Amino acid sequence: MDAKDILGLPKNALPIQEKKSKPPKESQRKPDGISREVYALTGGLAPLMPAVDVNQLKRKAQSDNEKITWQWLPFTNSARKDSLQLYHWVRVVNGIPPTGDYSFAKYNKSVDVLKYTDEEYEKYLTDPAWTKEETDQLFDLCERFDLRFIVVADRFPSSKTVEELKDRYYSVSRAILIARALSPGDVATHPLVKETYNASQETERKRALNLLLSHTKQQERKDVEVLAQAKKISEARKASKASEESELPVLSDIGSLGADKATADTVNPSTNSQIPSSSITAPVSETASVIASLRMLRVYLRSYALEQMVQAASSSAGLRTIKRVEQTLQDLGVNLKPKVPTKAVCAEHLELRKEILTLLNLQKQLQYKEAEGSSFREGSYTETPGTPPKQQSLRAADLDRTFTPDSLSIGGERFGKREQKRKGPAPSSPAQSKRPRKYKASD
Amino acid sequence: MAQTVENDVQLEGNATESNLKPQRLKITRFSDDSDKKILLKRLKDVEISVPIVYGTIAFWLGRKATETQSHKWTVYVRGATNEDLGVVIKRAVFQLHPSFNNPVRVVESPPFELSECGWGEFEIAISLFFHNDVCEKQLDLYHHLKLYSEDESGPQSTKKPVVVETYNEIVFPDPSEDFYARVQKHPAVIVPRLPVTINLPSVLATNVEDLNEKRGDTKDHPLSQWFNNFSEADELLKLAAARQQVGPLTS
Repeated sequence: MDAKDILGLPKNALPIQEKKSKPPKESQRKPDGISREVYALTGGLAPLMPAVDVNQLKRKAQSDNEKITWQWLPFTNSARKDSLQLYHWVRVVNGIPPTGDYSFAKYNKSVDVLKYTDEEYEKYLTDPAWTKEETDQLFDLCERFDLRFIVVADRFPSSKTVEELKDRYYSVSRAILIARALSPGDVATHPLVKETYNASQETERKRALNLLLSHTKQQERKDVEVLAQAKKISEARKASKASEESELPVLSDIGSLGADKATADTVNPSTNSQIPSSSITAPVSETASVIASLRMLRVYLRSYALEQMVQAASSSAGLRTIKRVEQTLQDLGVNLKPKVPTKAVCAEHLELRKEILTLLNLQKQLQYKEAEGSSFREGSYTETPGTPPKQQSLRAADLDRTFTPDSLSIGGERFGKREQKRKGPAPSSPAQSKRPRKYKASD
Repeated sequence: MAQTVENDVQLEGNATESNLKPQRLKITRFSDDSDKKILLKRLKDVEISVPIVYGTIAFWLGRKATETQSHKWTVYVRGATNEDLGVVIKRAVFQLHPSFNNPVRVVESPPFELSECGWGEFEIAISLFFHNDVCEKQLDLYHHLKLYSEDESGPQSTKKPVVVETYNEIVFPDPSEDFYARVQKHPAVIVPRLPVTINLPSVLATNVEDLNEKRGDTKDHPLSQWFNNFSEADELLKLAAARQQVGPLTS
């Protein structure tokens, strides 16, 4: 209300306007030519461009000079092998029924499966893995089922894979074609001859597709991460190569590009290594590319450099994780952006951030494992021994509590990361006595 | 610093007594369209950093304040230890609000500062241009001019200014030999010692102070009493403490 006063708008303006617009709308709803309900289908309003020419609608039937009747007549289908006679409605114009074949007969296409004679078989088509009967059966099925190999594979008496069937069919057909051809040049353009079927490649391809389809969400995420990293590295490499090449002539090119390649190559193996260790090697490769890009600037501010490094280090983390890192920093009393960004301070800051990131990741993985563990326990109650999982879950809960940076009374509880599924003696005592190793990676 | 090992194609590490061949040099040539080619030897794996502080100090004019000129403020870029930045910076360009006359102010010599009177707060763009042997590219900084203090405690004082300073370090990742030689011993610049002794052309450091001209350093600057002391010790301590807390949890 106050807003309207401030704006100077009349308070009752809107309701009045609404009422006014309604009556004119009502009067507009009188279409000619089509009934009101049909008109309402278009939305109740006249379209901008008349979609339907209203005049044409009623008149069309009247202006015809011909007489149209509909008759129930018999017909035959040339696509059928028997001479079955069926009946259907036919539009008869001026007493003359329509001529021509059944309109759908033209769609009856079939595949031209080659037929070989016995001599041809003896001469060209023998194969150690296939008997003549099998080959005959194969071809018969192919013809019956129009080369639908899945169906053929189903119906094939002895079990052979789809790829094997396809391989046999295509190689036989190819051999026949070539044998029958008067000159090799004639059939060279035939698709059967031009392209050969590669059974092993096909099996590989299908297997890979299956793998891809059955990827879990985690794997997909990891793939995307690795691809993103690879892209970043190649872009950094390209950028450094481009600017290097623009400045340096050929002489020093050898030297610098050699060095460049050395760094790039050391970066490459680290990214190509297994995904599990990516949590450690990825930051190394990312900071290397950041350093390279910073070098290209020739001059930069240390705070900017730190920003870039922080971004690179947290590139694998989602927005929420980054926020949590920042929250942790604040809880620890550390400025999100150092007030005095010297070289040492920036290095420490970066390391701290990385450590917090690792910490948060560990916590997350711990939660996952716990969830998995609990679902396992619910599922296979008889399998897992009673006590160890319980102990492990307790310790996991403890771990969770101690990870909060506020409650830092770690005391003697130094737990290493243990798998939930590890069976055997409860690992509580070894954990306390052994100094746990630095966490490497998740599996 | 990057840990790349470079084997320079042309120069070998043959150390003789009179002629220590440089081992870690990369020769870059800047070729213009003309035939002129400047040979600039650059040092890899050496990074020269210049700690600077830039910001504004604003005084309320009190009785002398008018509608359009309520505050007198100074924007500046100084060395973090108040040393002379003239060794590195050739000139500084301060870009003021367009409502100012000639909003682009160029300062050709240290101390790189600019004073003005005004009433409004706005963002000042500071562009630093370096000497030819230092860097061809300019560096841009941005600073928001603050005239009014955070706490609204009572009336403004003409004695206590509003000071906003930012510490940062200008980093030159691949400094040229000449630049290195020139600033090796200069207090305004942080230069790491090269592990391999490199025979650099000995440059007579020209002391601006000796020339009886305007001083470039800000040690006795009239406003120096308001300068903040940026010590990394405090921050380092906090960071170390934090890392102490987080570190063990991740092991």
